[in-house]
Amino acid sequence: MAIITYREALNQALREEMRRDPRVFLMGEEIGVYQGAYKVTQGLLDEFGPRRVIDTPISEAGFVGAGVGAAMAGLRPVVEMMTFNFALVAIDQIVNHAAKILYMSGGQYRVPMVIRGPGGFSVQVAAQHSQSMESYFYHVPGLVVVRASTPKDAKGLLKSAIRDDNPVIFIESETIYGMKGEVPEEEYLIPLGVAEVKREGTDVTVVAWMGMLHRSLEAAEELEKEGISVEVVDPRTLRPMDKGTILASVRKTHRAVVVEAGAGFAGLGAEIGTIVTEEAFDYLDSQVVRVTGANAPMPYAKNLELAKTPTKAAIIAGIKKALAI
Amino acid sequence: MAKRSTKTSAEAAPEAARTPSMDKKVVMDLLYHMLLIRRFEEKAAEMYSQGKIGGFLHLAVGMEASCVGAISTLRADDYVIGGYREHGHYLAKGGDPNRAMAELFGRIDGMSKGKGGSMHFFDKARNFLGGTGIVGGQIPIGTGAGLAINYNGGDQVCLVFFGDGSVAQGVFHESLNLASLWRLPVIYVCENNLYAMGTALNRTQAVTDLYKKAEGYGMAGEQVDGMDVLAVRETVGRAVDRARRDKTPTLIESRTYRFRGHSMRDPAAAVYRTREEVEEWKKSDPIVLLWDRMSREGIISDAEYKDMDKEITQVAEEAVRFSDASPEPPLEELLTDVYV
Repeated sequence: MAIITYREALNQALREEMRRDPRVFLMGEEIGVYQGAYKVTQGLLDEFGPRRVIDTPISEAGFVGAGVGAAMAGLRPVVEMMTFNFALVAIDQIVNHAAKILYMSGGQYRVPMVIRGPGGFSVQVAAQHSQSMESYFYHVPGLVVVRASTPKDAKGLLKSAIRDDNPVIFIESETIYGMKGEVPEEEYLIPLGVAEVKREGTDVTVVAWMGMLHRSLEAAEELEKEGISVEVVDPRTLRPMDKGTILASVRKTHRAVVVEAGAGFAGLGAEIGTIVTEEAFDYLDSQVVRVTGANAPMPYAKNLELAKTPTKAAIIAGIKKALAI
Repeated sequence: MAKRSTKTSAEAAPEAARTPSMDKKVVMDLLYHMLLIRRFEEKAAEMYSQGKIGGFLHLAVGMEASCVGAISTLRADDYVIGGYREHGHYLAKGGDPNRAMAELFGRIDGMSKGKGGSMHFFDKARNFLGGTGIVGGQIPIGTGAGLAINYNGGDQVCLVFFGDGSVAQGVFHESLNLASLWRLPVIYVCENNLYAMGTALNRTQAVTDLYKKAEGYGMAGEQVDGMDVLAVRETVGRAVDRARRDKTPTLIESRTYRFRGHSMRDPAAAVYRTREEVEEWKKSDPIVLLWDRMSREGIISDAEYKDMDKEITQVAEEAVRFSDASPEPPLEELLTDVYV
């Protein structure tokens, strides 16, 4: 195992897939000469040249659409959103085109394309640069939505995303890019649509991803001191979702808490809560608890920003609510 | 369809004025495809009235010269993408009228197994990329096909068709910029029928000569009489040659007119244009114009024309028979093709 950052893990995934498959190319703002706004594409222009690492104008709808067309014509584009918030500029190309072309063409045209970049909360970048973007995409049939929370998952899942024949929304995180973790030295893939139990426990199941996963793991550590055993499940792929792993965990612990950074209304907590209620109701010893971000845009002020996203204390409170203590 | 009054021999073009494009095989093919699109779409309108076709049905009656003239310059391996008024482009690309009608009927033998419908024609075997119902959505996608051609070192081109309404969309401008910047072999054919749905060109565009938009992107821009199939063929042909040879894109504004409403739900004249205007444009019916010219030059006899029309009418009728006989898609199709 090597210890590398999340950013380096993504960079390795891109590099390995580009070496493996000449159809894979990168497109996006500042990914080449500038080496990436967050340096995920560092060094790739040098290795692969401007034919395969294409700097674009600030033209998200245009180059995402061009990615769709290139994918239909047989290439495998990986398109970077400098931040995923900017994907909203291209959402017609993603939702109306990339996601639906396989279906509208009766299976004739595939769109094997990855759209990747950071999303979610960061540090004081305010309302338009801090959104948990997954909810805009996981509602759409035809899209695969990935949120990889660790360097190991990031590398294995990005490689799988690039090899997948569906359009994949791969949302990273500015706050996690620098996180270090163990990554296998040898080549590996992590399949899409498979969750992972990140921490085993017996008293309550917490479902969380990205920053909220790490915060939930901290909460679990703390609760262990109080004798509470928390199991933490990371869905890794939000659509298609691995219901089996979540349900198996809930059937074991009989209690479920969903933690999400985004606004709670109609968030993924509502969906997971419903899945658990519909498919494991008889196993539940309490209501499913949601711990979510506030239903407000992200404020700039530091104190308000901290209050917008679930804190470790809020997660602990949510877990205790599920345990009725 | 009535031919115009017979011209005297003095009015006929002199022998020397004949261009190579008046080659009999070429013009017979152009006439055939324009008439095929006309009869196919007239039949589709009839089937819509009978309730066999649902949803939106946008017909291109009157606009046949644009798509036939342009696509006649292509090789089979070149790409075409259009918007929601794309039946003609599909047929001009060699599409199968039976499968096209079956798609309109929502039957399993349609190109998309009946799951796409009128606005979403796709045919991978013919490099026909769609079919999109979002105005202008096809423009960056066609641009991406151009990117793929260059990436693979190919010498194909991509023709992107859209209407004047698309020119107001951001993706039109983004795409032209990308194509010029990256030297993509893409020809943007704006079929300007003077109305964005029901809003006249001068109410949607500050500059109504749309080909002039090319200048701001450093690409060639040309305007052509979109009712004259030979003029379209010549203009697009030059652009295709440039794209193949020099990797330079072109914007072509093909001035045309739809004789029918925006869709079947919109009558021909409606509230936004006058019956007189429609009738005036019908005097420039692209099929009649070509037929007239061919007659004058002795390329086609009245009997030959009648035979061609009869044959094509049978093709349209056969498409209806084929589609009537084709089953509805089985229910499991609802959930197939959502993911690969």
